[in-house]
Amino acid sequence: MTDRPLKQIHLAAHFPGVNNTTVWTDPASRSQIEFASFRHLAETAERGRFDFFFLAEGLRLREVNGLIHDLDVVGRPESITVLGALAAVTTHLGLAATVNATFNEPYELARRFASLDHLSGGRAAWNVVTSSDAFTGENFRRGGFLDRADRYTRAAEFVQLAREFWDGGLVRHSGPQFDVEGRLSLPRPPQGHPVVIQAGDSDEGREFAAATADIIFSRHSTLTAGQAFHTDVKRRLAAYGRKPDELKIMPGVTYVLGDTDEEATERAAEIRRAQVGPRTAIAYLEQVWGIDLSDHDPDGPLPTADPVVDSTVVQGRTRIGDPLEIAARWRAVAAEKRLSSRELVIEVTGRQSFIGTPAAVAEQLDAYVQNDAADGFILVPHLTPGGLDDFVDQVVPLLQERGVFRTEYTGTTLRDHLGLPVPGRR
Amino acid sequence: MPRQLHLSAAVDSPGRFDAGHFTALARHAERAALDFVTLDDSYAPEPHRLDALATFARLAPLTRGLGLVPTVTTTHTEPFHTSISVNTLDWVSEGRAGWLIGISDTEAQARAFGRKGVAPADELWAEAADAAEVAARLWDSWEDDAEIRDVATGRFIDRGKLHYIDFAGPHFSVRGPSITPRPPQGRPVIAVPVSAADLAPGAPAGSRARVETAARYADVVLLDAPGPAARLTAATELRLRAGEGLRILARLTADLPDGASISALIREVTEGGGGVDGFHLVPADPARDLAAVADHVVPALRERGLFRTGYTGTTLRDHLGLGRPANRYAPATPAPAAPTATAAAHAEVTR
Repeated sequence: MTDRPLKQIHLAAHFPGVNNTTVWTDPASRSQIEFASFRHLAETAERGRFDFFFLAEGLRLREVNGLIHDLDVVGRPESITVLGALAAVTTHLGLAATVNATFNEPYELARRFASLDHLSGGRAAWNVVTSSDAFTGENFRRGGFLDRADRYTRAAEFVQLAREFWDGGLVRHSGPQFDVEGRLSLPRPPQGHPVVIQAGDSDEGREFAAATADIIFSRHSTLTAGQAFHTDVKRRLAAYGRKPDELKIMPGVTYVLGDTDEEATERAAEIRRAQVGPRTAIAYLEQVWGIDLSDHDPDGPLPTADPVVDSTVVQGRTRIGDPLEIAARWRAVAAEKRLSSRELVIEVTGRQSFIGTPAAVAEQLDAYVQNDAADGFILVPHLTPGGLDDFVDQVVPLLQERGVFRTEYTGTTLRDHLGLPVPGRR
Repeated sequence: MPRQLHLSAAVDSPGRFDAGHFTALARHAERAALDFVTLDDSYAPEPHRLDALATFARLAPLTRGLGLVPTVTTTHTEPFHTSISVNTLDWVSEGRAGWLIGISDTEAQARAFGRKGVAPADELWAEAADAAEVAARLWDSWEDDAEIRDVATGRFIDRGKLHYIDFAGPHFSVRGPSITPRPPQGRPVIAVPVSAADLAPGAPAGSRARVETAARYADVVLLDAPGPAARLTAATELRLRAGEGLRILARLTADLPDGASISALIREVTEGGGGVDGFHLVPADPARDLAAVADHVVPALRERGLFRTGYTGTTLRDHLGLGRPANRYAPATPAPAAPTATAAAHAEVTR
């Protein structure tokens, strides 16, 4: 460690998602839709002095073999509307919504986020995602018109245009994606521009984040990999005239606490078994193999056939990479550790990022930040809505004692919490 | 007891961007136990205002009984987004959401989106009708008991109770199902603004299309008519077109600087019914006039037994005396009494 001042950790709360990370079979699991659940988690995050609350998005229900996937939590309300309501019951917490740039238009979305920023006193954030997915496009006028290659071009032009609308005055723009002329009906938002988040680890994603995002939502990995990512992303900022702390790196992480490390480890294993039931294990295999495996025995070995590349069996999920390579890797792990299909899936998916006593987890989180593997974390609880209660009650005080996390909010806007200046007008 | 009035109010406040202002207005409206408030919206740069639906989402947790009916326009917004946003307003308000349908008929608004040119009003209202159809189908696309959480089979959802809507029209097609489960009211309340002139013989095509949209989809019409006689004519025509289930509220300016103007408004509301179900008050100065409505107008109506002393139900449909609609995709449950042929045919026409 150097003798520089301690870095301050940034924390965000991810509302549990519609995938098998979220355990709905737990008796403590409540509605993923009712406002009371959102309120509970947001109030918990604010009690813990978190930077912001984060909502993901999905615009088409997942399908497997042409049928709606029925094993995981399904359904969610519309994010910006939920955040508008949460602005009424919180006072400082940042409010971040994931909204797709493919199935929205800049004028409308800029206006919605500007409105949220006004209504929350400067707490709005937009996680910019794009999709080239014709499956999701069936719910929209545009359909799946966007080439994969155009995703970041559209996102970049979209965000630039949104910033111009936020700055006010008449905007005239003619580009490859948008040809518009207009002026918003409201003043520049309290934050100047709502905070912009970008999720994605690809080279294009990193470059896009370096050019225009305030936060990059990355995947969690090892300390060394985190440091490499950190170095790579921060290095790119100078080309855009930006300083290293103008982009915060916040991996999405999971955690499990226990009174002892052994107890935490046992709880973590139980949670993973709950997350990967027999049918969920089969669904994972189908995602890689690209074929109907409904007759496959989850307690037997992996399928013997090779995966089908470019299958459309699974729709509405992010592609996961080269299926042949993944299948080969999974077979090697299963052979080495003598694992059934389900055990293999439990082994290779969803191992929690941080497992241990509150003191151990606080120490690990702090080490990641002080050693420049991250600037903070987006915590993804496995339970709705009480999934962050233990973290806020047991880990946050320890981070505060270490002097690496605020004990009170020192500002009122999300930019204040993140230490980001209000952007100048263009 | 005299027939109960329905009362609502507009809270439009050009140039106001602070949540506190709208919260204060909502508190007056809720103290008066109004059925609902409306907030207009468009993509025009003037007047200066916030997104209406976002503003009402901000008010939802701070109110208990008040219905919240923002304008959402259909010309440039994706119908899928409109459906889930209004649906979500219903969830965050626990059943108090409505949707005042609007269109964008200027070139300037079309240019702000840059996707298509401006179209004639009749086409825009036909598109609005399709958006209302899509929204309603998406609200129904989840049956109420679709979430089963069946630990034994590992199934969270009964996918047999989720439905593709497969809407295809000239302006858009939407596959469904919704991503948001059926809202607490089943379907949030749909309101359409109609003026007496829209109903006049020889009205332009845009007016006819607006009335057609109202007749097919509206639960509530906000009626603009100059005086009791015109109200009666328009309301009669609307009921003929849409049936008795429609609630018609006549727009009335509420400019209440003094006792005389307050007395005049009380008189008009008490005597000027003209075949409508109540009134939609449009204040000249929202903070002043909504306070006067809560402090003077509504108490006077209560004394006469014309208006509720508090909310008797919890949802906007409750306030309006509208039932929770059956789900078009769910198997029919046996009705307590067989509907008459007329009622069934009518339901077919209006829904």
